Amino acid sequence: MSTSMKRLGKWVSLVSKRGLSTSCIQKDVSENGVKSLNLYSAINQALHIALDTDPRAYVFGEDVGFGGVFRCTTGLADRFGKNRVFNTPLCEQGIVGFGIGLAAMGNRAIAEIQFADYIFPAFDQIVNEAAKFRYRSGNQFNCGGLTIRTPYGAVGHGGHYHSQSPEAFFCHVPGIKVVIPRSPKEAKGLLLSCIRDPNPIVFFEPKWLYRLAVEEVPEDDYMTPLSEAEVIRQGCDITLVGWGAQLSIMEQACLDAEKEGISCELIDLKTLIPWDKETVEASVKKTGRLLISHEAPVTGGFGAEISASILERCFSRLEAPVARVCGLDTPFPLVFEPFYMPTKNKKVCKFGCCNEGCNSTWLTAGGTRATSNRS
Amino acid sequence: MSLLSRFASSQFGSNILKPTSILSSSQRRRSFSSSSDETLTIETSIPFTSHNCEPPSRTVETTASELMSFFRDMVLMRRMEIAADSLYKAKLIRGFCHLYDGQEAVAVGMESAITRKDCVITAYRDHCTFLCRGGTLIEVFSELMGRRDGCSKGKGGSMHFYRKEGGFYGGHGIVGAQIPLGVGLAFGQKYSKDPNVTFSLYGDGAANQGQLFEALNIAALWDLPAILVCENNHYGMGTAEWRSAKSPAYYKRGDYAPGLKVDGMDVLAVKQACKFAKEHALKNGPLILEMDTYRYHGHSMSDPGSTYRTRDEISGVRQERDPIERVRKLVLAHDISTEKELKDIEKAARKEVDEAIAKAKESQVPDPSDLFTNVYVKGLGVEACGADRKEVKATLP
Repeated sequence: MSTSMKRLGKWVSLVSKRGLSTSCIQKDVSENGVKSLNLYSAINQALHIALDTDPRAYVFGEDVGFGGVFRCTTGLADRFGKNRVFNTPLCEQGIVGFGIGLAAMGNRAIAEIQFADYIFPAFDQIVNEAAKFRYRSGNQFNCGGLTIRTPYGAVGHGGHYHSQSPEAFFCHVPGIKVVIPRSPKEAKGLLLSCIRDPNPIVFFEPKWLYRLAVEEVPEDDYMTPLSEAEVIRQGCDITLVGWGAQLSIMEQACLDAEKEGISCELIDLKTLIPWDKETVEASVKKTGRLLISHEAPVTGGFGAEISASILERCFSRLEAPVARVCGLDTPFPLVFEPFYMPTKNKKVCKFGCCNEGCNSTWLTAGGTRATSNRS
Repeated sequence: MSLLSRFASSQFGSNILKPTSILSSSQRRRSFSSSSDETLTIETSIPFTSHNCEPPSRTVETTASELMSFFRDMVLMRRMEIAADSLYKAKLIRGFCHLYDGQEAVAVGMESAITRKDCVITAYRDHCTFLCRGGTLIEVFSELMGRRDGCSKGKGGSMHFYRKEGGFYGGHGIVGAQIPLGVGLAFGQKYSKDPNVTFSLYGDGAANQGQLFEALNIAALWDLPAILVCENNHYGMGTAEWRSAKSPAYYKRGDYAPGLKVDGMDVLAVKQACKFAKEHALKNGPLILEMDTYRYHGHSMSDPGSTYRTRDEISGVRQERDPIERVRKLVLAHDISTEKELKDIEKAARKEVDEAIAKAKESQVPDPSDLFTNVYVKGLGVEACGADRKEVKATLP
């Protein structure tokens, strides 16, 4: 009896709390049309808008009818019906193949792969079917309406198969686009762009940020352009380039560097292929130094591609070799996750301003101390 | 002899179910009319349902000591999984953790019908299968907590238990990916003319993966001694079987390969089915066993397990089909042991688990340089600095 009372009390307080917070948010909304949302809610909002604005849009995947394991598809089945939002059996290859067919009929197929680590059974469908459909049919057919959403990256304790960042595999495939957002606002705008883009797209969502990242997100239907990088912090000594969950960590590194008198320019690439070379090029020409970070292992990661392209374009302007602070060349570890990850300190170490004896000469290499750029 | 040391000492090829000295002596003392090794015949809960084959008899032969060891093993497993639940909630276990409580009869019954030269490969719900194949509790808890004494040196975690000397090939994280591997193992056995078979376990969720059918075709084409065991606990994560499978009669889905549906909550039925399957597979090639079972916990620790099924459903299975309770009733009905003795066994299991956890907690976490070992045979020779710049750089092999 007493326990049930306690439970009831807890429930009541929960409800009242929720009621209160909703009313606050609604007030907020009526004032300026923005709402404070976390990343999964922003994704959820984008999916609502996508289904609402296009009667030929569908959402499907494992458990999406119940809201999905990360709650991104909550409420969709209730609102749009089970004919447009439905669970699939546990078969990734089938999900993507089905999505290609659905998209080939002129629909917007929004497929969810539960974790990016599980995307590999569908790799063949993505690489051989989706990416080349338009090319090999001489533009008679395409699956441009296909968007594959999948959560990627570390969560702190995910272990081998719930933590990987497989984006580089897909960046090697002409015919698909790869997009990764860094925050709730970006996620909503980019996802809507991806769904409406006439090319098949793999959209990686940083699952660490699903609940962690909260941002003011406009309520309305807006699209963030693809293949446009964004300079989110201006600086003149070093250019930092990254995507997804790495951005917030790079931002912290920039703040640390600032205290040591080093001015960093931070770029969010957003779209990995086709990527915005011009923005990165312009920045590196200004700073002379480039540092790239990603969670995926350093060897063969997308950082290598950026490095090679920038070397081609900015060879004479570079003051130091392009630096990559990335995941290590090991399987994603369980107990060693902090070692594996490209943490803030590893980046700061590279700047040479750490006092712990790492003695990186990267920033002073080439003779010209970065500060000379400022004059 | 304690259970723990029994698990530890049972070596490759030895019979895990040999009567322990304590048990047989206590029974002598109690001077039962039936000796512990005398054959008992017991009927399975329900008849087997078969597809393209003659089902085995419902009448199973067992002994008093075997029933007692079934009880003891399953009680120990149940306790181990409950303890893992608490350790996970205390954040001593990280990563993902999938518990086996409710399904114990499948692992225990299978082990009683085969030898350690037969291979077993399963997915990520692997703690109890590892124990059956001769693993120890200390190895289990050390691995769960990512310690050096774990069965995969602390590098695998809950989903990746292995025991080569026990013929246990893991411990696989990707749904359905282990099934073709099992068929490869079976080819190895057939090629070297071993009189052994491979059991590949997968869930009802994995039964819809294309890999299963590719692997089955290969196995049937070449008559490989591969037994595909579908542990049907009726929910692939949160999706009920009928929501994801056109035909949830998984034992029939091999089409050309024969199948058998077994009450996976009845350890004797599982034993009988696995014995039958081994004989069949050695003579005729692959066979599908569908074990009708149930998991009490959610899919993983992040699933409360109560949103897609009713609490009544769970408690109904607990009351009517629980594998441990079934053996308890058999033991009491045949006057093999007393309620008090069975309670004592449960108490002993609890103590044994607690002791193993205490020992596992003393085990060290692996050395940082272990991050780089076993990637390739000799390592990569990469240099890396620690997460905190105060930590030394790891010297790599």
